[in-house]
Amino acid sequence: MISVNINGETRQLSGTLTVAALIDEMGLTGKRVALERNGEIVPRSTFPTQRLSDGDRLEIVVAVGGG
Amino acid sequence: MNDNLIIAGKSYSSRLLVGTGKYKDFTETRAALDASGAEIVTVAIRRTNLGQNANEPNLLDSVPMSKFTYLPNTAGCYTAEDAVRTLRLARELLDGHSLVKLEVLGDPQSLYPNVIETIAAAKTLVAEGFQVMVYTSDDPIVAKQLEDIGCVAIMPLASLIGSGMGILNPWNLQLVMERVKVPVIVDAGVGTASDAAIAMELGCHGVLMNTAIAGAKDPVLMASAMKKGVEAGREAYLAGRMPKKLYSASPSSPTAGIISSTRS
Repeated sequence: MISVNINGETRQLSGTLTVAALIDEMGLTGKRVALERNGEIVPRSTFPTQRLSDGDRLEIVVAVGGG
Repeated sequence: MNDNLIIAGKSYSSRLLVGTGKYKDFTETRAALDASGAEIVTVAIRRTNLGQNANEPNLLDSVPMSKFTYLPNTAGCYTAEDAVRTLRLARELLDGHSLVKLEVLGDPQSLYPNVIETIAAAKTLVAEGFQVMVYTSDDPIVAKQLEDIGCVAIMPLASLIGSGMGILNPWNLQLVMERVKVPVIVDAGVGTASDAAIAMELGCHGVLMNTAIAGAKDPVLMASAMKKGVEAGREAYLAGRMPKKLYSASPSSPTAGIISSTRS
């Protein structure tokens, strides 16, 4: 198991998880989201190949109403 | 008459830009946007709710990117770094979309811009290929610096964000407009349609607002009023108003041929 911080919450995840598998697990597949990992953008096209590491800090964002 | 607003080489027929926040629901958001005639709409970038219901309504469904030009903002950012990260996420989220609204705030009480952080963020974003429309103070020197950095529109506040206090310093807005060549768009402070008209009569190229519409008792009707206020103000500016003449009254009707007085 690895420990990953997602949007400020710590989660225990399987050590072999890809970003795409995480997105799927969170029910976000097909949703328009953007993801930052340790301060760097993770392009959507690389979600299937990027594996999460212990201590990763992820930000997963969407567009919401705002002024 | 073609009197379009040109931002970063792209032409827009509406000079009213509106935010998508603070509405009752997305149906009201869309109805207000339609009534406003706005083509450019601001959106915020926020963490997705981890426990999100997959069928929760989504802004993108009600306000499709095919119909509106999204202007992702950095609302809530207090440092250049956070603003830059937010807009990098926005560009990834919106398929490489590069037109953005930069705002770096100074404190949560006033939401006044921190121009030092704003300038730092603008430099990074322009270098990374973003087209930056920048919220700033009504300081003409800062406005010129932001233009020199490469921002595509300067967006000074007319009064504080969400205050509805109107155009507090028209003289500074004029100084800003004289200093820069890119469009000057009043961003923040408009409270009602006459405020929008005043901004446009001063020669501003556009007006951006959110709370003035969303915070009205009838947002959709206010959106329509704002559309007319912006259009009326723009036409008055182009028409060129008559000079103000204190103690120099000039009747509108002929002075000859008035019937004579019976009191001699």
